[in-house]
Amino acid sequence: MTENNDLMSAREGQPTGESVKLTPEQEKARNKRNIVIAWSLVGFMVAVFAITVVRLSQTAAAAAGAGA
Amino acid sequence: MDTIVTPSDHRAEGEAVSTASPRDYFDLMKPRVMTLVVFTAFAGLIAAPVDANAFLAVMSILCLAVGAGAAGALNMAYDADIDATMQRTRKRPIPRGVVSVSNAYGFGVVASVLSVLLMALASNYLAAGLLAFSIFFYAVIYTMILKRSTPQNIVIGGAAGAFPPMIGWVAATGEISLDAVILFMIIFLWTPPHSWALALYKSGDYAAANVPMMPVAKGAKSTRLQILLYSIVLVIFAGAPVLTGLGGAVYGATSVGGGALFLLLAWRIFRSRAGEAGSAEEGALYAVRAGDKAARDLFAYSIGYLTVLFAALIVEHAFGAYVAIPGVSP
Repeated sequence: MTENNDLMSAREGQPTGESVKLTPEQEKARNKRNIVIAWSLVGFMVAVFAITVVRLSQTAAAAAGAGA
Repeated sequence: MDTIVTPSDHRAEGEAVSTASPRDYFDLMKPRVMTLVVFTAFAGLIAAPVDANAFLAVMSILCLAVGAGAAGALNMAYDADIDATMQRTRKRPIPRGVVSVSNAYGFGVVASVLSVLLMALASNYLAAGLLAFSIFFYAVIYTMILKRSTPQNIVIGGAAGAFPPMIGWVAATGEISLDAVILFMIIFLWTPPHSWALALYKSGDYAAANVPMMPVAKGAKSTRLQILLYSIVLVIFAGAPVLTGLGGAVYGATSVGGGALFLLLAWRIFRSRAGEAGSAEEGALYAVRAGDKAARDLFAYSIGYLTVLFAALIVEHAFGAYVAIPGVSP
């Protein structure tokens, strides 16, 4: 099979049977990066949630203060 | 014609797959600069006459740190060619080949967007807008336009580094006041003597990279004079917080004592022949030839001076050490 055929197969979503083989060092580095990305995303979601809760409670307290 | 990369090519080029660690990406964010950004922003936030929610204040500072780091990553991506030439910067992640330029751009853009969005949520739109503008100013105005085109690059570009205390202040108060502008101006005026002191003893590095820093474009003698003049203006202006009541006795004493030493070191540079021997051969930040020690001393001291000035504000406003100066404080 030629490389162009490989490419066409890939474009059509057909498995080519080929894959990138990483060295142990590359695989280890990629795993570390993935872990940090995952924790960063979790941290971002937690930050958005916590900030929203604090801002809502501030707004509620201000409204209660204005109503009193 | 575009090169078509096939799976076979990828397999053949397995060695080209990144081995960058999270630490390499952290280094892209210029952690040393980030430390000063966090510190000055914290001072601005603490000195503001508003009791900010502690959690939201911490989140705002975190956003500033990430935003500053993102700007640093964008700067390293664009300046990869310069960094590879200069001894001081050639060990950065991109010149070492562990992070690609496109990955650095991607990292910088994503971190910029997330930090600005989170800042808008944690504080207010004005602070988020200022953060976005400071990232744009550093990455585009300074890095892409000014740095390679004019010896005034760090004079104008210094504004980017002056934003953090103002953003900290605005994050707490929601508005830009005179005191916020004063904090901005202190760092703005501090940047030229600080950067030119470094450029004096690393001028060969900048010349090799074709960066028109003041010593390269106008010569060492002119640079030494301008360092002295900017230092005089800085030290005088650093007293402004006392006049508005932002700084009390502790700040005033720090400003006078620290300023006197700053002027002494600037005077020593002016009287020296610093910058006329070319760069130190070693790449380390503080490596210096014998004739350039005056420049190295001011560069190192200027960091301590700024730190102590803002530390005085933190001590006064966070620990109740504020004492008005009779006849001076409003």
